[in-house]
Amino acid sequence: MYAFTFERPATLADAAKLAKAGGKLLAGGQTLLASMKLRLAAPEQLIDLGGIRELAGIRKEGNRLVIGAMTRHADVAESKEVQTAIPALAELAARIGDKQVRAMGTLGGSLANNDPAADYPAAALALGATLVTTQREITADDFFQGLFVTALNESELITAVRWPIPKRAAYIKFPQPASRFALIGVFVAQTDGGVRVAVTGGGNGVFRHAELERALDKSFTPAAVADVKTDASELNGDLHGSAEYRAHLIGVMAQRAVAKAVG
Amino acid sequence: MMKVELNVNGKPVTADVPENTLLVHLLREHLRLTGTHVGCDTAQCGACTVIANGRSIKSCNVLAAQMQGAQITTIEGVAAADGTPHPLQAAFNDCHGLQCGYCTPGMVMSAIDLLAHNKNASQAEIREQLEGNFCRCTGYQNIVKAVQQAQKTMTA
Ligand SMILES: Cc1cc2nc3c(=O)[nH]c(=O)nc-3n(C[C@H](O)[C@H](O)[C@H](O)COP(=O)(O)OP(=O)(O)OC[C@H]3O[C@@H](n4cnc5c(N)ncnc54)[C@H](O)[C@@H]3O)c2cc1C
Ligand code: FES
Ligand code: FES
Repeated sequence: MYAFTFERPATLADAAKLAKAGGKLLAGGQTLLASMKLRLAAPEQLIDLGGIRELAGIRKEGNRLVIGAMTRHADVAESKEVQTAIPALAELAARIGDKQVRAMGTLGGSLANNDPAADYPAAALALGATLVTTQREITADDFFQGLFVTALNESELITAVRWPIPKRAAYIKFPQPASRFALIGVFVAQTDGGVRVAVTGGGNGVFRHAELERALDKSFTPAAVADVKTDASELNGDLHGSAEYRAHLIGVMAQRAVAKAVG
Repeated sequence: MMKVELNVNGKPVTADVPENTLLVHLLREHLRLTGTHVGCDTAQCGACTVIANGRSIKSCNVLAAQMQGAQITTIEGVAAADGTPHPLQAAFNDCHGLQCGYCTPGMVMSAIDLLAHNKNASQAEIREQLEGNFCRCTGYQNIVKAVQQAQKTMTA
C-alpha cells in the first residue's frame, strides 16, 4: 500500500482534533483499507479509533438502546441486551458479511460509509435511530443522503447511535451469495409513531417505502403487502440482478419480514 | 516507521514497521511465520485468517498498527508444545480435508474460532460460519467432516 501516517488517539477529544486537521477516521478498516489498496481513497493520515474506550459498548437507557460507534458487528450480534430489546438488530448484525468481517467491522463505520447495499442503514432508518456525533444529533431520516453520502461533515465523528425499542420488528435480506451484502433487504418496524419500512440494496441508497408503510399501518400482516408494487424505474440494476428483479424482491422480502415480526 | 507491540503465539513481539504494514505482512515477512497465506488480498478468501483477541479476522485487511497490544494466534501456534497437532489439524489430516493446502491454515484458524464460540454447531452452522473461507480444491465436504470429527474429539 502507499505510505501514510498513523495516529491512535486515546480520547475522543484528540480524535476530533486530528479529524479537524484533515486526518481520515479508521474504524474496523473493513471497507476503508480495501478502498485504499485500490486508491479509491488515499488519505495521508489515518486516525485509528480502536484505542478510544468510550466509543464502544452497549447500554439500555429507558426505552432506548445506545450502542457506541466502535462496537463491532460481532458484539452487537452476541449482546444479550440487544437480543432481548431489539432481536431484529442482533440478527441483522449476525448476518453481515462473514464472521471475520464481523469481528472487525463497526456500527459507526457501516453507517458513515452508507454503502447502498449495507444492512445497518436499513435498521437505523426503519427504527428511527438517532446518530450522536461530536457536533450534534442527527435523525436517520436526515442522515442518509444517497449513494455513499451522509449528513456528516469532514471533521465530524459518530460517537453512538440511539435506537428506540420498537413494538415489533424484523429484517430479511436476500444476500448476494458472494459478499452477503443485500441484493435487497427490507427492515419493517412497528414503532410508537407508526410502521416504518426501510429498503436497502436498491442501488441509490437506503430509502423508506411509503406504500408499504401505509399498507402495514392499516394491517400489519404479510397479506397486506402482497399486492404492493415497487416502481423499478426508481431502482438500479447490476450484473447480480436487474431493477425489475429487485423491485419484485422488495415485495417478497417485505412479506417475509412482516411474517417474521408477527411470528 | 512505528513501533507495534503485540503478542504472537504466546510470545511478546515488538516490531518496527512502516505504518502501512498489513498484519499479514508483519507475520509473514517480519516474523517469518509463513503459515498464514495470502490468497486474494481483498478480504474475500480467508486464507490469511488468524485469531486476534479471541476472534478470527482476515489479516490482509487489518493494519499491524491496529493490533497494538493484541493477542494473536496463527497456525504455527495451535499445536501442543510437544508437536502434537491440534485436534482440528489432526481431523483435517484424517478426513482428507485438504488437497493443495493453500486454504488450510485459514480454514483451521476459522474453525478453531467457530468451535470456541459454538462447540455444538450443527452441520448447517459449520457451513454458514465457514463462509468467509474459500477452498478451490476440496468441494468443502471433507472440510465440514473434519470440523465435525474435531468437534467430537474436542468435546469428548
Ligand atoms: C468480505 C466483506 C463482506 C461484507 N459484507 C457486508 C454485508 O453483508 N453487509 C454490510 O452491511 N456490510 C458488509 N461489509 C462491510 C462491513 O460491514 C464494514 O465493516 C463496514 O461497512 C465498515 O465498517 P468499518 O468499521 O470497517 O469502517 P472503516 O472501513 O474503518 O471506515 C469506513 C468509513 O467510515 C468512516 N468512519 C468510520 N468510523 C466513523 C465514525 N465513528 N464517525 C465518522 N466516520 C467514520 C471512515 O472514515 C471511512 O470513510 C462487508 C465487508 C467485507 C470486507
Ligand atoms: S488473503 Fe486475506 S482474505 Fe484472502
Ligand atoms: S485445499 Fe486447495 S484451496 Fe483448499
